Amino acid sequence: MRSPEVRTTIVFAALLVVTTLVVMHVAIAQDDPNAFNRLMTPSSERNAPPESDGIHDPTADGTLMLQPPREAFAGLPKSRAGNYIDWSRAIEDELIVPRYDIHNPDANPIVLDLNIVREVKGSMPDVVYPHKLHTQWLDCANCHPAIFIPMKGANQISMASILLGEKCGVCHGKVAFPVSECRRCHSSPKVVDKD
Amino acid sequence: MKYRVSSFTAAVFVGALLIVTNMLPNSAEAEYGDVVLNEYSEDAGMRPVVFPHWFHRIRFRCKVCHGDLGFAFEAGGNDIDMLKIIDGQYCGACHNGDVAWSIENCELCHSGMPDTPTQVHHSTVQQLVKKAREDETDAQTEDSE
Repeated sequence: MRSPEVRTTIVFAALLVVTTLVVMHVAIAQDDPNAFNRLMTPSSERNAPPESDGIHDPTADGTLMLQPPREAFAGLPKSRAGNYIDWSRAIEDELIVPRYDIHNPDANPIVLDLNIVREVKGSMPDVVYPHKLHTQWLDCANCHPAIFIPMKGANQISMASILLGEKCGVCHGKVAFPVSECRRCHSSPKVVDKD
Repeated sequence: MKYRVSSFTAAVFVGALLIVTNMLPNSAEAEYGDVVLNEYSEDAGMRPVVFPHWFHRIRFRCKVCHGDLGFAFEAGGNDIDMLKIIDGQYCGACHNGDVAWSIENCELCHSGMPDTPTQVHHSTVQQLVKKAREDETDAQTEDSE
């Protein structure tokens, strides 16, 4: 009869073989030419920790001290794009309470509850711009008058300029939710004239 | 029946497991809105800076940096150097050992992958505009040859 030590080693070796096979299987599955959602980032690889996110140098000492995004995002509402976090809901539900002033944690933003509806030329639904959500994060002077002239009809906005990083594209498509989320802006169906 | 595990066997197992898991293809991605700043860093012998927007927006509203501190809405558009930061401008308004950790932690910011140019990671400008401009430049170089 073998000693317990040898037996344990055999058990561990078997475990190792099984793990290797499972890992290899996952690796092979990812190379499958007919894999489902071939070009999409699988959800398991979203919000990667700094050492494996591709823009941090894993050999830098600081990289390992940084907070992994998944840790910070654990309790926050999910969305389908960007950081995969619904930041508007997170701040509305006070799941995050970002400061409005560097030193005073009790300073409150000046929130303006005013929706601007922009009729769009194409077939997409009209755009509803909520000042309320934006003034929770920003000051009036961040947008007016440099990016948007505060006057009805004074601003020419096109999807082309937004994609080039102008107008709404100064934030949307960089930090605020990306332009792939069409209907978060184009949200008011056009009134169809039956005549 | 009880198995007794010697520390040597356990160490071999864990080590082998680490080697195997590291063989997995690594196509992980940085966060949307992560800014790489490399205007001066690598010329000065430091790694590029990575600024995580997601981390900062949990703690501060956009207005604090983009209003009170004067950060323009453009990666590389602020002409920031260490002198200004030590002087309490830009990052230095918080990273002074008072509001946030101080500048002696060089590698917490200067932790970017070498040779990464200034950019906003995953931005439409990075993915569409910059790529289109590169293609255009390539085409022009081919024409002139």
